[in-house]
Amino acid sequence: MSTIVAPAEVDLQEPVSGDSIEYERPWVVIVWNDPINLMSYVTLVFQKLFGFSLQKATKLMLQVHNEGKAVVSSGNREKSELDVARLHAHGLWATMQQD
Amino acid sequence: MFPSRQIERGRNGGVRLSFDEHELLLLRDLLDELEVLLAEPDDPALRRLFPPAYKDPESDEQYRSLVRDQLVSGRSKSLAVVRDTLGRETLDPDEAEQWLRALNDLRLVLGTRLDVSEQIDYERLNLNEPRGRELAVYGYLSWLQEQLVDALQPASGR
Repeated sequence: MSTIVAPAEVDLQEPVSGDSIEYERPWVVIVWNDPINLMSYVTLVFQKLFGFSLQKATKLMLQVHNEGKAVVSSGNREKSELDVARLHAHGLWATMQQD
Repeated sequence: MFPSRQIERGRNGGVRLSFDEHELLLLRDLLDELEVLLAEPDDPALRRLFPPAYKDPESDEQYRSLVRDQLVSGRSKSLAVVRDTLGRETLDPDEAEQWLRALNDLRLVLGTRLDVSEQIDYERLNLNEPRGRELAVYGYLSWLQEQLVDALQPASGR
């Protein structure tokens, strides 16, 4: 006779649901056109702060000037806040938002 | 309007300066004015120095509480470096960087007060108009800033 052996208790845990891992959409840093900052100065600041070439910095500056704004960096919230603060320290009109 | 250059490219990434005593007096006055203003951060002329980072007021308030003091002390430091080096003939790269920031801050505050638009026709500037003198000072600071930016252009980018 065999005895009925109770099945080993299986530890059934709720599967980790996908949304419990916080997925943060990237943030973008935007520089807005303004009538005071000089075009040459804005270009130099882009080169200094982000290591852009003169060509890339000039292109972004012209985008700010002609289209009113340009995305200059992206990343997580902390990095973006740091970038915005560095731009603010240089007097540029920068904001951040989630992409 | 401003025939001679006051700021030129120097050695080792620095710059050379040549101001006359009237210019030095003017710059010193402007630095003092901004230093006083910085102590009253709610002055509307300062709004361009401390723009919002976020549209959302709550996030922006958090951002301000984190960075505001640093931004103010950074600006005070720049003003102090310029004041301490006024009258010198050369600046090292760090000092030149502080000049760059301070000149820009002066332009931002003056430009905000004057509510300047893209182009100012300096040829038609009338110094006897109410805003004439301030516009002339703004133009002068812009000219200095252009020279300094030019002098600090990375060598590979020229």
